[in-house]
Parts: sequence; structure tokens; C-alpha cells
Amino acid sequence: MKNYIRKFYYGDIPEDKSGGNISDSKATHNDWPLWEVFIRSKQGLDHKHAGSLHAADAQMAIENARDVYTRRMEGVSIWVVESKYIHASNPDDAKSFYEPAEDKVYRYPTFYDLPDEVKHM
Amino acid sequence: MNNYLIQYTLNLADNALILGHRNSEWCGHGPVLEQDIAITNISLDLIGQARNFYQYAAQLKADGSTEDTFAYLRTENEFKNCLLVEQPNNDWAKTILRQFLFSAYQFYLYTELQNSKNDQLAAIAEKSLKEVTYHLRWSSEWVVRLGDGTEESQQRIKKAINELWMYTGELFIAADYEIKMTENGYGVDPATLKSKWKEKVKTVFEEATLAFPVDSKIQTGGKIGEHSEHLDKILADLQMLQRTYPGCEW
Repeated sequence: MKNYIRKFYYGDIPEDKSGGNISDSKATHNDWPLWEVFIRSKQGLDHKHAGSLHAADAQMAIENARDVYTRRMEGVSIWVVESKYIHASNPDDAKSFYEPAEDKVYRYPTFYDLPDEVKHM
Repeated sequence: MNNYLIQYTLNLADNALILGHRNSEWCGHGPVLEQDIAITNISLDLIGQARNFYQYAAQLKADGSTEDTFAYLRTENEFKNCLLVEQPNNDWAKTILRQFLFSAYQFYLYTELQNSKNDQLAAIAEKSLKEVTYHLRWSSEWVVRLGDGTEESQQRIKKAINELWMYTGELFIAADYEIKMTENGYGVDPATLKSKWKEKVKTVFEEATLAFPVDSKIQTGGKIGEHSEHLDKILADLQMLQRTYPGCEW
């Protein structure tokens, strides 16, 4: 029995083989690299990660992203980047990376009185 | 004159509906998920265009016809779509090429139709042109990808060219309703689109390292209701429900 699906942590894509889908079949799908898609929903907002897809090249990735992720008016701008170029932190490092921040509440700017005129803070 | 306008509008509608239906046959069968979604998106665009034209034709006819009766209750020889759009999907290369050849035609047609003296046709053309611009771009890139791809992909697209080329000539031969509608400034004489279309196809074929075919035999008839056996099968599928359960809704 072949292992058809290898599971990865979210955002933790291995660099050797882009994509977690390993199968025997000759389908072209497996030859196409995986791309991460970022969509800007409105002018002035950030591009946000929308998901990933397979494509043969950047042009196709953008068009696939247009068809897969912006069919319902979700975006005004698309970025794509091949997944293998994203370097991710290791989930095993979570303790040393994030936990030390837990007891340092003084890093939050919550001790200021905000004037009423200032909104959206 | 009204009758010619109805026929002209139905030709535009039928082309969009039948190609839309053909593409929809890929739904759930696309070579990869992303392209499955892409081709069915194009389907929906085309069926949306068909609806706009059918609604207008129904309004002109004013005899109780609706967009549904046009799509579901007409017989084969009442459909005025060109032969190209009813050709079977076969493989991805043929589907892509059919889309490319037709989108290029539709692109120049709608571009001109925007200037129609008929406000309704001009408005539908303007709205649809944005969609067609994308269809043309998408299919052009696929033609290049297949033509300049692997040995197999090139073989397949070449086979598709051999099979489809004879149906392209019909696009540019005006039917009587097209001639009448050109005369009063409502429609576009398709013959005037041919050189631009040829130029576009040539450019893309060149990039795809594909030879531009020499003019061969031309198959005609679709635009005046004389269809290949393929339309029969499409209609059997498309109309089955309304024919079996007239007036049914869900």
C-alpha cells in the first residue's frame, strides 16, 4: 500500500518536493509545482494568504488563482509565489519562539488613555 | 426586419449556449482541479451571455417565448449556432483550440458590435467583451503551452487543428440575417473580421511553433440550421428534462 497522502503542518512545506501529494500515477498534476496565492481584497489592504494551487508556471498560477479564488469578487490584486520559496518556522521550535512572550504584558500598548476621537485602534 | 433581428440575436445566443454546454461537459472531468474550474467558469460566462441574448430575442418576438423556450423547446434546425461550437470535446487540446478559435472570433465581433445602432446588442456586447477578453487570453496561453510543450502535446494540438480548421471558414461567411443587420447598422458583417482574426491566430500559432494551416475545405450550414449530428446529441442531453416533464421547475 503506497502512502498517497503525506500530511504536513500548515505553512510547513518541505523544500525538497513542493506539495504534499505523492502518487504513482503519471498524471501531469504531479509535475506541476505548488504555488501559494495571496489576494488583496481591496485597494489599501494587505495581500492575504488565500490558499494554494498547482500550476506549470507563474502565468498559469495567476490565472488559476483568478479562477479558483476570485470568482466571487474576492480580490483586486493577486500575488503568487512557488511554495518552495517560502521558508517556514519549525513547529518544534514553538516553545522557544513564542512562549517567552507570554508573560511580558508590558509589551502591549494597553496602558494609554486614548482620546475618543481616535477610532479603529 | 424584426424577424432578421431575432434571427441575428438567436445566432449570437446559440453560439454562446452550445459552446457553454460543450465546456460544461468537462465539469468534474477537467485534467486538473484548477483547469476544471477555469473551463466551467468560461461555461458560465457563455451561458450568461446566451441568456442575455435570449431574453432580448424573447422580448422582440413577444409571442410568449422566453429564454427557456428558446433553449429547451426548439428543434435542431431552429438553432443557428456555427458548426465549430458543436464539435465534440474529445481531448483537452481540441477543447482548448475550439475555445481559442471561437474566442478570437467573438472578441473582434463584440468589439465591433459595441458600436451597434441597436442599444441592446451594443450593451450586451460591451458587457460580454470583458469576459471574452479573458477567455481569449486564457485559451491563447494554453495553445502556446501545448504547441510549444512536449512532443505529445504538440501532436494533440496539431490533430485538433486538422479536425477543426474546416469549421472556421463558416464564421466569416455572412448568413442572410447578418447581411440585413449589417445594412441597417445593427450587426457586423463577419467577413470584415476575418483579417484581424487571422492575424491573431497567426501570432499565437507562431508563438506556439505551429504552422498556420492553408485554407482547406470549408464546412458550412450551422448558421442556417443545417447541423452536424453532434448538435442532436447535445440537444438530447440539454432538453431531455423539459421534453420529458414539460414546464418542470426546481
